Amino acid sequence: MISISGLSKTYASGFQALKSIDLDIQRGEIFALLGPNGAGKTTLIGVICGIVNPSTGTVTVDGHDIVSDYRAARSLIGLVPQELTTDAFETVWDTVSFSRGLFGKPKNPAHIEKILRDLSLWDKRTNKIMTLSGGMKRRVLIAKALSHEPQVLFLDEPTAGVDVELRKDMWQVVRDLRASGVTIILTTHYIEEAEDMADRIGVISKGEIILVENKAELMRKLGKKQLTLHLQRPLDAVPAELAVHNLALADAGNELVFTYDTAAERTGVTALLSDLARLNIRFRDLQTTQSSLEDIFIGLVTDRPAAGAGAAP
Amino acid sequence: MSTHAINTHAILAIYKFEMARTLRTIWQSIVSPVISTSLYFVVFGAAIGSRITEIEGVAYGAFIVPGLIMLMLLTQSTMNASFGIYFPRFTGTIYELLSAPVSSFEIACGYVGAAATKSIILGLIILATSWLFVPLHIAHPFWMLGFLVLTAITFSLFGFIIGIWADGFEQLQIIPLLILTPLTFLGGTFYSIHVLPPVWQTVTLFNPVVYLVSGFRWSFFEVADVSPWISLGMTLFFLSGCLVTIWWIFKTGYRLKK
Repeated sequence: MISISGLSKTYASGFQALKSIDLDIQRGEIFALLGPNGAGKTTLIGVICGIVNPSTGTVTVDGHDIVSDYRAARSLIGLVPQELTTDAFETVWDTVSFSRGLFGKPKNPAHIEKILRDLSLWDKRTNKIMTLSGGMKRRVLIAKALSHEPQVLFLDEPTAGVDVELRKDMWQVVRDLRASGVTIILTTHYIEEAEDMADRIGVISKGEIILVENKAELMRKLGKKQLTLHLQRPLDAVPAELAVHNLALADAGNELVFTYDTAAERTGVTALLSDLARLNIRFRDLQTTQSSLEDIFIGLVTDRPAAGAGAAP
Repeated sequence: MSTHAINTHAILAIYKFEMARTLRTIWQSIVSPVISTSLYFVVFGAAIGSRITEIEGVAYGAFIVPGLIMLMLLTQSTMNASFGIYFPRFTGTIYELLSAPVSSFEIACGYVGAAATKSIILGLIILATSWLFVPLHIAHPFWMLGFLVLTAITFSLFGFIIGIWADGFEQLQIIPLLILTPLTFLGGTFYSIHVLPPVWQTVTLFNPVVYLVSGFRWSFFEVADVSPWISLGMTLFFLSGCLVTIWWIFKTGYRLKK
């Protein structure tokens, strides 16, 4: 659906925000773009949507070049920006209808009504935007982006600072859109959201895409689970009888850490616990932790040596 | 929507958005310029004007009417159009314009069209108001309307450029207040440039507003400082200058795109 090749962006200040990005977004998928602040997420979206001029490289949306055929490309795209930028004095209905017109679509009150109802904005349709709360303004931005029935939706940090209610509503809308064939690209700081929603995940760091992977694949490859047992009496070493289990001592022998693969048919937890009982090793407490996308992500971003080229902003 | 068609829905959307803004601020955008221009009529036309002899066969009160309409037309077109495009830049809502399938021509049509419409309406209201104070005869109504419309469009384009160039609200005010108003006052709004010493007459010819006021006044009284054709030529010259500048702005993304 979107094909990016050799895309670079160097700002007038000399800061290189994007370094030769190559990326393909499949039709109908939810693609999550993760990366620390300043990694280039918003710049990348800005280039695709026409807000930032690319320095080199090409982007096509459904086969339409974003520069030479910008009308066709942009009319397919809806953008929900990161900042809450709205017209204070307009009503909700007017601003959403305005967006539809701006994107070249004839009036369709029924469609606008459906969007407003889906986003629980219907009751607020005659309110001026400045009277709305931050969460409501976020909904208005989403409604504007959907007003012209886009085939591709960009959500740039859509859940930054919004309450649980709205997140639930919003993800429902996103799921419905995906079901209707809309391609969705989102950036987020909440990695659990990417984990919940995305089909594929791309990680961007210092202007480079360092990983693009199917989410399930990524979790399987890098996901592991640990069981930590807080012992009543510390051990000097892992007893020889327990050598068959993948165990390690931690916290000066006060903790026994068992690492296992959640995908395996037998995790070995039951066998370990019965062996411990047999050896009369007692524990006060236990906890399990699963490496989340966040751990994977932090591992990826911090392990990576800084790539040269880019000057500081 | 085909690739080459004009996005008329977008032009209309922007136009209606801007006209709605005018209606929301009707006191500021219509009522207050009408009142302040009326004050000029009262003071210069009725109170002081009765002591001033006719200028080139025209009563002073009537003589200043075209100049005052021009003064208002230039400042209001510039201010309104500049604010219209500056405000989305200031609040950030410009993102939507930039990401929409609209050309620079269409964006300019919407904003400039709305700003010019407002100025034309305002000009006609002031013209009607002036009838209350001074007897008026319009010799060439079509030329008069032509100059009114062309000037409103030209200075709305000019304002649009200012709105894109400006980096703050102060810069937005500087051009109308510090450049346009003095140029208009010195451009023959209140006098014929023939009353000036010869040297200053020549200097004044470098003031573009002279041509606008002169042509507009000619359409009322057939009295002009320069030929109406030169006035028309100069107006079209400014108009095309503004169009080229706007084309360049959108071509390069100057102050709009990073």
